[in-house]
Amino acid sequence: MDLSAISPTLLVASLMVAATPILLAAIGELVVEKSGVLNLGVEGMMITGAISGFAAAVLTGSPMIGFLCAALGGAALSVIFAIITQYFLSNQVATGLALTLFGLGLSAMLGQSYVGIKPPASVKLDLPLVSDIPVIGPILFSHDFTVYAALTLVTGVWWFLKYTRGGLILRAVGESHDAAHALGYKVVRVRILAIMFGGACAGLGGAALSLVRVPQWTEGMTAGAGWIALAIVVFASWKPARVLLGAYLFGGVAVLQLNLQAAGVSIPVEYLSMSPYLITIVVLVVMSANRSKSALNAPAALGRVFHASR
Amino acid sequence: MLRLEKRPDPSKTWGYLAPVLAVIATMIGGGVMFALLGKDPFEAIRTIFYDPLFSEFAWYYRPQLLIKGAPLILIAIGLSMGFRAGIWNIGAEGQYIIGAICGAGAALAVYPLESALVFPVMILCGAIGGFAWSMIPAILKIKFGTNEILVSLMLVYVAEQLLASMSLGLMKNPEGFGFPGSRNLQQYASAHNAELWTGTGIHLGVVFALIAVIFSYIMLARHQMGFHIRLTGESPKAAKFAGVNPNKVVIYCLGFSGALAGLAGMFEVAGPSGQISIDFNVGYGFTAIIVAFLGRLDPFGILLAGLLMALTYIGGEIAQSSLGLPSAAIQAFQGMLLFFLLALDMLTNFKIKRTNTEVRI
Repeated sequence: MDLSAISPTLLVASLMVAATPILLAAIGELVVEKSGVLNLGVEGMMITGAISGFAAAVLTGSPMIGFLCAALGGAALSVIFAIITQYFLSNQVATGLALTLFGLGLSAMLGQSYVGIKPPASVKLDLPLVSDIPVIGPILFSHDFTVYAALTLVTGVWWFLKYTRGGLILRAVGESHDAAHALGYKVVRVRILAIMFGGACAGLGGAALSLVRVPQWTEGMTAGAGWIALAIVVFASWKPARVLLGAYLFGGVAVLQLNLQAAGVSIPVEYLSMSPYLITIVVLVVMSANRSKSALNAPAALGRVFHASR
Repeated sequence: MLRLEKRPDPSKTWGYLAPVLAVIATMIGGGVMFALLGKDPFEAIRTIFYDPLFSEFAWYYRPQLLIKGAPLILIAIGLSMGFRAGIWNIGAEGQYIIGAICGAGAALAVYPLESALVFPVMILCGAIGGFAWSMIPAILKIKFGTNEILVSLMLVYVAEQLLASMSLGLMKNPEGFGFPGSRNLQQYASAHNAELWTGTGIHLGVVFALIAVIFSYIMLARHQMGFHIRLTGESPKAAKFAGVNPNKVVIYCLGFSGALAGLAGMFEVAGPSGQISIDFNVGYGFTAIIVAFLGRLDPFGILLAGLLMALTYIGGEIAQSSLGLPSAAIQAFQGMLLFFLLALDMLTNFKIKRTNTEVRI
């Protein structure tokens, strides 16, 4: 065992890459939940995005088109959820589960002929001089562009929710759909748009996994990342900045356990692989334990079915 | 314009019709999906729904129906209790794995002892294993109010890693020439969950599934706990006023479903599967969620839904070998079924009315 082989600089740099898929999915789900909808289908949308992005990138040779198609794929799948929950007024928990089951099957089906292929390399920031600065260079200036895209998106969502009229309407819909409806806001329309945004983000997250982080396609490759993203939203008590913190925390755990595996720690590999999931549980427990604080932030209409009787 | 009007009471007719229509809609939707994959849709649907029952090799497939249906029904019966009360155990897959590990572990610990007691002990261990695994989300929910959906699901991934560790380490067959996987319990007479009547597919797990159906029917219809569960689901506030202890309902629902899922895993590992291996679990715990909804969370409905879902599994396997249909297609097909069902469910709770006939366009 050689722990000194683990370099802190590389650890931080790689945790940012590892956290990006979860960060993208989580920030999308945050917007969905802020509009009062609980979409448990993140895992399904993520993996659909992973394969549609992968397939498009391989077919066109352009990772950019890949990411675009991933967002479209995720959004397309989320439309199914949107229609069934918003127009057919179904139970959101059950529909979200259905979306995950369907997405896993669909992606495995679409991805059959893409197993074992290498995707075209994604765009990486590489500034002369700046990227070569020790410590700061690898951490801040030499990542794949998805890392920066995710950070920009988080900032954008924070700004949108806090400072724009649209954000205010979205939050109003999530807090009390009846009141928002009475004020004349289109509850269903706002929610459908939010769900599609969430789907697109989850799709991008999936593509960040299949095109950048791994980069390869394997069946069921998200391995619970979508569910961890859901947990991060709870952990963040529905605040964008804390989503960032949460995602990087989980990225850190994932990278650290991989590094420990590589360093040959005497703990069996399987038990190290468990750690991200176990830590998710621990974090959920800690967050829910001081209920008075975190629950206040949960959108009041979260998961409730909206039916305008008039 | 069309408008939805909430029914004062859910419609009974639509309650029965919705699942049937959902299956038909799925056949159409699935047909389109298969056609897009370049397969003949009519042949694919016939292969999935008709061939397992009535083709010339049906004598082989019919017993499979019970073998695949039993774990689905066992797990779905357990899940339906919780779903009725609004307690979402979606980690049945993990409880299934732990049940199998505990059941097989009990057998492997006493190998090669031949005794009539071995199998009952395995059954007990399987149920306790699943129960204990489901108590983690239950206790966390009661003590800290932690979301049981996320916790139970995270535990599936933990259980999968544990399964891998078991089949590569502790439970690996010492005479297995280094291959991963435990001893085959089918070759260990006392631990083998054999068919009760050869060629019927009826093993003890099938019997347990039937008992579970009847038990949960009586529970829901006649017992106070069943009433508390239904009350909690329909109106948590009313349940509180009626003096229902919500913690008890959580423990009961999660524990019951965990124990049944554990049993299902134990019967599977001791019978049809035979050994603990890395890919032992095949997603019964997730498919059972669809079964529970398709059966309208009603015990006898689940019995039928479980058999139907087993049919799609078997038909899917046949279509895989004869038509080259990808194995994942059947998973997408099952997911589609749940979509249609949830969408059509609207008609049980709502009436569609025209708002104003005069300005109809």
